[in-house]
Amino acid sequence: MVRSNTGRRLHRIAIYALFGIVALYTLFPFYWMIASSLKSGQAIFDVTFLPDLKFNNYQAILSDGVFLRSLLNSLIVAFSVVALSLLLAVGAAYALGRIDFRGRSPIMLLVLAVSMFPQIALLSGLFEMIRWLGLYNTIGSLIFAYMIFTLPFNIWVLTTFMRDLPKQIEEAAIMDGCSPLRIVRCIFLPMMGPALISTGLLAFIASWNEFMFALTFILTDENRTVPVAIALISGSSRYEFPYGAIMAASTIVTVPLIVLALLFQKHIVSGLTAGAVKG
Amino acid sequence: MMSGSRSAGLRQARVRTAWLFLAPSLLVLTGVALWPLGRTFLFSFTDALLTEPDFYSYVGFDNYRALFEDPLWWQSVRNTLYFTVISVSIETVLGLTIALLLNSHIAGRGVMRAIILIPWSIPVVVSARMWQWMLHDQFGIVNHVLKLAGLIETGVAWTANSALVMPVIIAVDVWITTPFMVLLILAGLSMLPRGIYEAASIDGVPAWKQFTSLTLPLLAPSIAVAVLFRLLDALRMFDLSYVLSSNSDDTKTVSIYAREVLVNFQDMGVGSAASTAVFLMIALVTAIYVTVFRLNRRLMGV
Repeated sequence: MVRSNTGRRLHRIAIYALFGIVALYTLFPFYWMIASSLKSGQAIFDVTFLPDLKFNNYQAILSDGVFLRSLLNSLIVAFSVVALSLLLAVGAAYALGRIDFRGRSPIMLLVLAVSMFPQIALLSGLFEMIRWLGLYNTIGSLIFAYMIFTLPFNIWVLTTFMRDLPKQIEEAAIMDGCSPLRIVRCIFLPMMGPALISTGLLAFIASWNEFMFALTFILTDENRTVPVAIALISGSSRYEFPYGAIMAASTIVTVPLIVLALLFQKHIVSGLTAGAVKG
Repeated sequence: MMSGSRSAGLRQARVRTAWLFLAPSLLVLTGVALWPLGRTFLFSFTDALLTEPDFYSYVGFDNYRALFEDPLWWQSVRNTLYFTVISVSIETVLGLTIALLLNSHIAGRGVMRAIILIPWSIPVVVSARMWQWMLHDQFGIVNHVLKLAGLIETGVAWTANSALVMPVIIAVDVWITTPFMVLLILAGLSMLPRGIYEAASIDGVPAWKQFTSLTLPLLAPSIAVAVLFRLLDALRMFDLSYVLSSNSDDTKTVSIYAREVLVNFQDMGVGSAASTAVFLMIALVTAIYVTVFRLNRRLMGV
């Protein structure tokens, strides 16, 4: 098909116009969030498209010990969940991906089924378990509970990754009598960089964003994570008209994720599609 | 002979290693998923209270009877199904359109891919708050723009009006999760064989025909998997409704209903019955979907 030059140019213009619409639709709410967070006092009531560049809302929210505390809690929870779920999943993936044993397929099926459990279906049983473990109203309860959506996914993705590595790479090490722990550490871990980054990032994002468990298993303000803290900011309590503070808090919580999304776009997408296409 | 017994020993050692490496994960999955699921199921047949879960007696199907006689439960079921069907349909069509757009070889599509990832990666709570502010009845920018355009005279109470709140929630969900759809469909698109398109172009098959008779059928499995993931997610929707319109019966989902009975009313029995019903509902939808999807695949001969 030979198309004329003007036709091709029109086609390009149309595509870029659509790009523009999609970008505007996607990004404008963020712009508005940041612009609103930078307006102080009464200015938030005026719809002006340019921000004031006043940092009062940030000062207010950051001098509030409770918000800083929830930020710290969220960081501790997210990093612990990433570390713990990866540690457990690498071991499980080595067993499931590299060793042929009876019970392998049922366990894979179990892992897949667990990854589909709706969180609400576990709530009362998990509540009891967390109380029994003495974790109620501690961030430990969230680190434990978040294993439900990070561990099965990580096991699944890392297993398919390990299974696709060539057989020969560990044969010599096995013959030399290397311990399995050493094989995983010295042979597999160095090769698994991309897969670990993908699964780790997705686990981080999921834990950073989780709301229902954080709302249910934490009772007092100082143990909350940021999504719940932001959901609970309301006019009746500490802030008169809360949206300036809410937008400032939201911006603070969102910026690290936007940076992660832009820096590691390829890793996040490959993790997502590995989970979906092979799962 | 020697090597035979040695390799058998090795094999046994490997199997032992496998179970050893699996044990921690299996323990955690049992503690966090299987055991709680079983306990929830058990609690659904008891009169346990959240405050004292150790003292209970069995009440048979009383909790389920109470649940199924509650009109609010059925409204939550209707809300959830309505939300799921409408939002997933819109997201699929929109996702497919944007994916096809981003799949064209043109400068700037890498940036676009990064941009559309952002709404998906931020907390739903933040998205809900952001839109709540944009849709504010007095000071929101949406009403402001509509007033400027002369479309409305006084501000619309988007999240307080019972006829509008569900469409609003669906619209925000579309904004949040269409990127997910786009990325999964893009992955599917990148696996399509290039050769057939060249052949079709040489044979003079028009572009729309290429789309309906080549792209769509080849893409169907990817779309089906993406839709399944979205279905599972939409059926258990909690955050968005909870933050954007808390306590409104018009947008109460089954997850919100179950948590409310369990935590706010402390009724572990009925709350667990609702949780179990949600579990069964999602399992049923998944089973039907997977069956139909496999049937489709067989029919298409893929």
